[in-house]
Amino acid sequence: MTVAVEQTARRSETRAEAGLFTAEVGEIRRRLGREPNRVELAMFGVMWSEHCAYKHSKAALRRLPVAGRGVLQGPGENAGAVSVGDGWAAVFKMESHNHPSAVAPFHGAATGVGGIIRDILAMGARPIALLDSLRFGPPDDARVAPIIHGVVSGISAYGNSIGVPTVGGETVFAPCYRTNPLVNVACLGLARSDRLATSRAAGPGNPVVYLGARTGRDGIHGASFASAELAGDPRDRSAVQMGDPFTGKLLIEASLEALATGAVIAIQDMGAAGLTCAASEMSARGGLGMEIDLSRVPRREDGMTAEEVLLSESQERMLLIVQAGREDEVLRIGRRWGLEAVVIGRVIVPPRLAIREGGTPVAALDPRSLVDAPVYAPAAEEPAYLAEVRRVDPATFPPAPPRAALLALLAAPNIADKRWVYRRYDHMVQTNTVVLPGADAAVLRLKEAFPRGLALSADGNGRYCYLDPQAGGMLAVIEAAQNLACVGATPAAVTDCLNFASPERPEVFWTFREAIEGIAQACEALALPVVGGNVSFYNEAEGAIFPTPVIAMLGVLADVRCHATPGWKKDNDLVVLLGGGIPRLDGSEYLATVHGITAGLLRRPDLAGAVRLIECAREAVAQRLVSSAHDCADGGIAVALAECCIAGGRGARIAFALGRGERTDRVLFGEGAGRIVVSLSPEGLPALRRLAQRLAVPVQVLGAVGGRRLVIGPDDGPPDPWIDLGVDDLAAAAQGRVPAPPSHGAPR
Amino acid sequence: MDVGIVVFPGSNCDADTYHVVRDVLGHRAQYVWHEERTLDGLDAVILPGGFAHGDYLRAGAIAATSPVVRALRAYAAGGGVTLGICNGFQVLLEAGLLPGAMRPNACGEFRCECVHIRVERTDTPFTCALAAGEVLRLPIAHAEGNYYADPPTHRALLAGRQVAFRYCDASGATGPGANPNGSHDAIAGVASPTGAVVGLMPHPERASEGLLGGEDGRRIFDSLDRWVAARPPAAPAARAGLEVR
Repeated sequence: MTVAVEQTARRSETRAEAGLFTAEVGEIRRRLGREPNRVELAMFGVMWSEHCAYKHSKAALRRLPVAGRGVLQGPGENAGAVSVGDGWAAVFKMESHNHPSAVAPFHGAATGVGGIIRDILAMGARPIALLDSLRFGPPDDARVAPIIHGVVSGISAYGNSIGVPTVGGETVFAPCYRTNPLVNVACLGLARSDRLATSRAAGPGNPVVYLGARTGRDGIHGASFASAELAGDPRDRSAVQMGDPFTGKLLIEASLEALATGAVIAIQDMGAAGLTCAASEMSARGGLGMEIDLSRVPRREDGMTAEEVLLSESQERMLLIVQAGREDEVLRIGRRWGLEAVVIGRVIVPPRLAIREGGTPVAALDPRSLVDAPVYAPAAEEPAYLAEVRRVDPATFPPAPPRAALLALLAAPNIADKRWVYRRYDHMVQTNTVVLPGADAAVLRLKEAFPRGLALSADGNGRYCYLDPQAGGMLAVIEAAQNLACVGATPAAVTDCLNFASPERPEVFWTFREAIEGIAQACEALALPVVGGNVSFYNEAEGAIFPTPVIAMLGVLADVRCHATPGWKKDNDLVVLLGGGIPRLDGSEYLATVHGITAGLLRRPDLAGAVRLIECAREAVAQRLVSSAHDCADGGIAVALAECCIAGGRGARIAFALGRGERTDRVLFGEGAGRIVVSLSPEGLPALRRLAQRLAVPVQVLGAVGGRRLVIGPDDGPPDPWIDLGVDDLAAAAQGRVPAPPSHGAPR
Repeated sequence: MDVGIVVFPGSNCDADTYHVVRDVLGHRAQYVWHEERTLDGLDAVILPGGFAHGDYLRAGAIAATSPVVRALRAYAAGGGVTLGICNGFQVLLEAGLLPGAMRPNACGEFRCECVHIRVERTDTPFTCALAAGEVLRLPIAHAEGNYYADPPTHRALLAGRQVAFRYCDASGATGPGANPNGSHDAIAGVASPTGAVVGLMPHPERASEGLLGGEDGRRIFDSLDRWVAARPPAAPAARAGLEVR
């Protein structure tokens, strides 16, 4: 059911009622053949919100490859799932909680964690790991510091208590996120492949069971609020939900126990758009209907209206379809875990959502009409700023002194050690975390399928996407895959979180389409399916954010014992560079940190070369040919080498061949080339060379590990090296400045 | 050996502890629901880490009122061997089974990182395979691990050799730089006067397999193994004060 609306006009002109566009209200009347009542209109309002309906993004998202070997569940369910062998399925998904985190950082971030955990749970999987990808304004900005503190505290409070380890992620700072932070949380779960749950309602007469916390007045219209620009209205706080990780933990255990009985036909989280969304999506997927009596819904307070009960986004609630006759089994499990567990309705044959409150009818709608929102084809137009920023030639900036530039880069908030963030997260609970935060990717062992392991990485680079969204999209995929290769994992699948400004502006929508094209091309080159994802539009409070697609990638290790970390392991090991791309200063962290500008012309990466490099690095680690591996990313090879020194507590002597007229800053700090630094014992070099030759990956011996200093210079140059710094000095610089917590306690 | 692992609503290290006891050490492990009223027949009881009942009140305060904790009092009074890890330690303090109390970490934040602890007492079921002064590297993960004992309690602790572990640096030296949460006298773990009940904030179950980066935690479980093996298979009530050297 697609409504051809060529171009949506500006929001101010057309948002009519319940957050809907005027034309959409007309469409609702046409579909119903009557006037919707107030409650029905509100239900359409949340279900047809951008957040729930993907109405501006759906068409463009079709470009992404979704099929692939091992895909058990692509987009369309609560989360994607891929087979990881031995009959086990990895279930994973990433979601944004940007708008809530902007107005209520603690609860916004906390409920972001809770929400994605329940999506994984709804697939019948036990959540085993969390990753978060965060974007903030400059950490020393007085407006930003409380947001950082609130978001990190919220993730910490929820994730730690619920007992799912936060094993990795990224924290990036740029002025465009000053009042519009990005909080993207990914969750990974594990299930038996043949026991994956579904949200498809089935079996007319089967009871509809409400399981979890009571329904309150929080988060009402949350989906609609997340589907418009942030207006800075303090009343928006009522659209933010309140999380309770304790109940979340009980809900995990109760849901898994209920699913294990075999009596549960279907299950879904009551998250965005609450009961309305769960009931209509479950019905529509099953081609059936539901009768629901709102008077049976457990409530936190008296006097709630039917609309409030239907739209509440109170957390920690699941909706289940249970085999008729076995409801008591499920209800007993819920109550044993101290949860509300109530039959609130039943499945019916006609595709009708018949909602009543006691004897009073409240709404009667076809669930398909709620779920099949209009799909738009927004106008796209290349933004005018691009020509300007691409015209800037980094060669016109004088090269900075290398030693000072390296120290400045290590101390830059984007590159500096993020221990101040991840030491606040329990990253070890469940005792599977083999590679802890701070490495290229997190690695988990699977107790159930030893020696198999899984790896996870989340990457995105708003700076690159600002300059060239297509190249930026490609580079995000490549970097995530390189990170997985560095720990020895084979990339298996992608979930994405696409953060953009208003799609109603053609210049924003163009960047969205371009980024998807880049992601699609890179995924196709790597034969990676995109099994799920999330779009967050309207990220503009004071101005548009950089286009920020974030890629969360899952990798598989056949033997988790064969993994690598970035730090040097042994003196006299050789330092070798894999990959031979030419680095560029355009859009680099160096240009941003040292020269204060984000500009330049990105080159589209060589996808075929990237695929070979990723395979070469992964194979080298998996075969234990190398003792360490680290991707060259922000800050270029000099920063990568410094990070290997800091992590390993050892120095290195490095020499580069410098071409005639070559700039040292481009060699040291240039990015985007697809290069991986490895170290290995000298005897291992021939085997690595053979592997690299087979895959046509350039190999360059740069130097050797040893001593307590990092010394970098030209291989035939003057005796004075460019950089000569003690490992302790590097580590001290990389400590950076930890943002001070606000003096009046956490904003909650 | 039969080890009971208590599960409170909100416990989240129960499965990790179960895994180590059963899969790594090869003992019989069983979960004990917080509403259980007896612990008879178990060789040892472990209260695992987590956030029992959410810990929205003082950590462990609500769990300390559970039926299983009443059963634990009787079990401990009969000399039953009990280990409280992290939240389990907090519960033992709140239940009065060990002296002292926990405050929020001095840094004001949750901390998850590896620390060093020094073994201070070796005649307990959880330290008998260790040497006095030995240094273990174990992870911590808590927001309320700032141990406090008022002066009379502290004097009694010292007099009764009840400090089981102290935070220290890699060389075994205590000091402010090696105290992750501000604990009084760097106390990381406490034992009952007989040593049968021990609580500690670090997580030995997270450091019992080399793949996870360390095996020092296993030494604590190995101690239990040795203790139980050395114990005569007599009536459980006669366990108190058994010396193993």
